[in-house]
Amino acid sequence: MPTYRPGPISLILAVLVALFLLLPLLAVIPVSLTPSRMLAMPSGELSLRHYRALYEDPRWIDAILLSIRIGVVSSAISTVLALCFSLGVWMFQPRFSAALVGFVLLPMVVPPVVSAITLYFLLTSISGMSSFFGYDTWLGVAMAHSVMTVPFATVLILVSLSQLDRRIDLAARGLGASVWERATRVIMPNIRFGIVTAALLSFVLSWEEIGVTLFITSVNAITLPRLMWMGLRDNIDPAIAALSVILIIITVLVLAVRSLVTRQRGAR
Amino acid sequence: MRGTLSDRTGAALLMAPLLLFLVLAYAWPFLGVVKWSFTLPTPGLDQYSALATDPLVQSVFIRTLRIALIVTLVSVTAAYAITVVWVRGSPVQGVIAEFCILVPFWISVLTRAFGWVALLSNRGLINTWLQSIGFISEPLALVRNEFGVIVGMTHFLIPFAVFPLASAMRSLDERVLLAARGLGSSRMRTFWTVFVPMTRSGIIGSAMIVFVFSLGFFVTPAILGGGRSVMIAELIYLRIFQSPDWGLGAAISVVLVVFVGALMALLFRSVKPKQLV
Repeated sequence: MPTYRPGPISLILAVLVALFLLLPLLAVIPVSLTPSRMLAMPSGELSLRHYRALYEDPRWIDAILLSIRIGVVSSAISTVLALCFSLGVWMFQPRFSAALVGFVLLPMVVPPVVSAITLYFLLTSISGMSSFFGYDTWLGVAMAHSVMTVPFATVLILVSLSQLDRRIDLAARGLGASVWERATRVIMPNIRFGIVTAALLSFVLSWEEIGVTLFITSVNAITLPRLMWMGLRDNIDPAIAALSVILIIITVLVLAVRSLVTRQRGAR
Repeated sequence: MRGTLSDRTGAALLMAPLLLFLVLAYAWPFLGVVKWSFTLPTPGLDQYSALATDPLVQSVFIRTLRIALIVTLVSVTAAYAITVVWVRGSPVQGVIAEFCILVPFWISVLTRAFGWVALLSNRGLINTWLQSIGFISEPLALVRNEFGVIVGMTHFLIPFAVFPLASAMRSLDERVLLAARGLGSSRMRTFWTVFVPMTRSGIIGSAMIVFVFSLGFFVTPAILGGGRSVMIAELIYLRIFQSPDWGLGAAISVVLVVFVGALMALLFRSVKPKQLV
């Protein structure tokens, strides 16, 4: 089959763009190995002191553990809410469902800074009522992160439902299955891949969330991005470079595994 | 349970928790923010008239629009170049291009901003290298200014610009391109007169997404602008936390939402949503 391939000029431009995309990711590697206490290129000697600082300094460990806890809780909240909602849309196709889905997607399209001030308003108003839920508490952050991640979880689950054959559900219904049985024993097993993806994506988004987190935390609930932010704004701590290298390596590995898995699925 | 739930109550029971959650945790507090903009510090339209007259606020608005336009132009052009190879290149080229697009996409905005600091700062990679080969004697000011903001935002937004372009290029009928070539059109001419016009919907979608994103961008400008090149989102942050001027911060947010909402409405008129993803 003849194909229309890009010519040499396209290839050169694409290589330049690819370099631009990868350069800042590569730049953190030498910085992370500097023996200096300041952000600088290593001159001659290399050192792993900034990697050691990551597990010796309790601030980093605390921030990582807090980010994991918030990520797990907010991912659970947003996945369960998104799953119920999407099942409702798919199984019953109620009137106005387009408008309702649009409403659910709002936190995804509204500029993040507006969501941030909105959630700031929410948490500072709750603070007076409860000391667990309000401003600068981990539950408050988890709740705010759920608001931000739930649209993404909903989109993913709705997409996997849209690929499901409606006749399977109709058959179960015809055979007398209740709504509960149809949802838990027929539909959910068929979209479990979508549910797991939604939960993982929600976790990752919460793990990385900084725009909203900056507005709703001050001294108690210091997540990992929040700690990185503080290190970036004052005098730049090269421990951030070491952490960045680790995060980049994890991302590359996960993407490589994922592309291998999808390729094997495609081959079968 | 069998048969006791009518369809309507079933749907309501399943859909209610999320809707209730978002009304209580998002819609209601947003109305609170709108209220702030009209009542703080004193009730009235003071904040909105301040927006129209305050020279600082206006200069930030103009800078945000300028940066957003430049970033949109550069990101969409760069994304176009790499998407052509991702979608139309040989399998090996495609895999490499995909890797270069997806790896940065999945890395957090903070890590990416920090990477640019490591490259562009006075003692960063580029200045160290240029000084070591004797090209410059003083470090160049590459970051903590508008240049750094534009570079960092472009880097962040290229992957977002790629996806609508890729879908437009994938759905394009290859036979038209081959026909143009077969009828004697040069490679360049085929590209400019056939390929680019046929991906118009992708270009519009991609430009709108990047532009809307740039307007509300916070983290990258705050780090790479170093407080000197403040954009709207950072101005809101400063008004809330540094000068406690909640009313003005809220008013700017309301204006931003209205502006972005109007742009989105335009987008969905000009491009069908399905063509975007």
